[in-house]
Amino acid sequence: MLDILVSPFMLRAFLAAAVTGLSAPAVGTYLVQRRLSLMGDGIGHICVTGVALGLLTGTSPTVTAILVAAAGAFLIELIRSTGRASGDVALALLFYGGIAGGLVLVSFAGNGAFALQGYLFGSITTISVADVWAAVAMAAVVIILALALAPQLFAVANDEDFARSAGMPVRAYNVLIAVLAAVTITVAMRTVGLLLVSALMVIPVATSQQFARGFRVTMLGAMAAGAAAGLLGVTTSAFVDVPPGATIVLVSLVGFAVTAPVGAVVNRRRRRRVPFPVEEPTHHLLVDEPHGHEHGPGCGHEAVEHGDHVDYIHGDHRHAVHGGHYDEH
Amino acid sequence: MTTAAVLTVDDLAVTLNGRPILRDIDLRVQRGEVVAVLGANGSGKSTLVKAVVGLHRPSRGEVRLFGTPLEEFRQWSRLGYVPQRSPVGQGVPASAQEVVASGRISHRRPFVPMRRADRAAVARALEAVGMGERARQPVGTLSGGQQQRVLMARTLAAEPELLVLDEPNAGVDLFSQEAIAQTLADRLHDGATVLVVLHELGPFAPLIQRTVVLREGRIVHDGSPDGLDALMADHGHHHLPRARTPLVPEVQAPLEGGA
Repeated sequence: MLDILVSPFMLRAFLAAAVTGLSAPAVGTYLVQRRLSLMGDGIGHICVTGVALGLLTGTSPTVTAILVAAAGAFLIELIRSTGRASGDVALALLFYGGIAGGLVLVSFAGNGAFALQGYLFGSITTISVADVWAAVAMAAVVIILALALAPQLFAVANDEDFARSAGMPVRAYNVLIAVLAAVTITVAMRTVGLLLVSALMVIPVATSQQFARGFRVTMLGAMAAGAAAGLLGVTTSAFVDVPPGATIVLVSLVGFAVTAPVGAVVNRRRRRRVPFPVEEPTHHLLVDEPHGHEHGPGCGHEAVEHGDHVDYIHGDHRHAVHGGHYDEH
Repeated sequence: MTTAAVLTVDDLAVTLNGRPILRDIDLRVQRGEVVAVLGANGSGKSTLVKAVVGLHRPSRGEVRLFGTPLEEFRQWSRLGYVPQRSPVGQGVPASAQEVVASGRISHRRPFVPMRRADRAAVARALEAVGMGERARQPVGTLSGGQQQRVLMARTLAAEPELLVLDEPNAGVDLFSQEAIAQTLADRLHDGATVLVVLHELGPFAPLIQRTVVLREGRIVHDGSPDGLDALMADHGHHHLPRARTPLVPEVQAPLEGGA
């Protein structure tokens, strides 16, 4: 019964699932940080055109997909950074253009429509030896760059304006993240399929950040969660007749659902231990005079806006409610 | 000419999306000076400092940092920008330490890990703003004032000579405002130069040697803050003249053909 797990095609499937699970959340962490969680989905849809081009011209769909996806990622960054459309609108434009273009192109390819299925929904168990090594090589490049350039990529994803004022080539790094996402998606299209690829870039990050206190820990935790989901998903589909790609994503979601209550408790504890900020002004005067009424709209005292609160003019001075007393302003 | 100005702004104009925001801006800041930029909302204060640090391209005129035109300026670690704190949280948690470490980026090269000097500078910067004990805490769980102090530390980590701050006391508790003002005083003691946008002087008042007041994109006052002192004496802060003037002229100007 367990023999099936060590058969050559299963070993290839495990390897492909593991490298997908490691690389997708590594890039995904930067996308989630920049609030571009759906970028992966957008590039995945553009990949459909790439795959269709490959099927139509008889070249490797992986090569055409990576070229088209990289071009699309570059275009998304360009549209976003020139401010011609907001980030999500830029994504939507390419999103639908990509999938519609792919479907039209593939209709010229005769039975290519059938082949496209394997890329849309993944076909990890039919993956060839050459495909596996290509996936491992591409995933290795993605992971090495995502980790080694973490200080630069984090600085840009965390605060673009600040990074630019520190002299960083912000647009180049943004394009790099987008291209890394495109490469990751090409790696993942054989395992989980283009329609589900974004899930592996986002869900493990969501799982990990419930527990992590820092960016780096979130990223490493997400990579571990992604790899675990990949391996568990493939194992499950070996025993139950379910599609491996969708199973990997479901396992990942179950991982999030199971850890969510624990994460909520951890976070509540953590927040409770956060020291209260010192709000007490050091040189504000406390008013000791007897104060028979509460200031409010229509109390008869003139109200004046003062920063984020309202001062009330009271005799020859003005003051504002502060906790249980009045502060002189 | 005795000493080169740290910052020179000549006949600067900035137009954003077809709207003229700043014009006729001339400004010269010498080493060791502390200059406060004041003005009502929409008067162009933030646009001015963003143009100074290279985030907005001038439509006319020139900005020079340490005598070098901004387009040719490459010594980025000499410039420290503290942007206005954005209330929008990040998608992924980041610790105070990680955010401050990102301020060290202008000293680092890609693929090279942090060196001892980098770590020491980050630790010093966190201590300087009183956030040393919170270094490992996610920034999202800090108060607004503490977050502003983290942003200040991020800039200090680069050990810049010119500090450009955009409203460091907006939405910040008084304790943090005082901590930031104290940190600035320490940096001044070490020979830094400061350009700071303020809505009200608050705890920064004792530091300010010179104020520049903007109104509708033009400088209407450049000189000692003495005139403002009278207003502030029994007041604690400074109300700007006509602060509530509607911003209609900025909208109308392009439509009227620059009349």
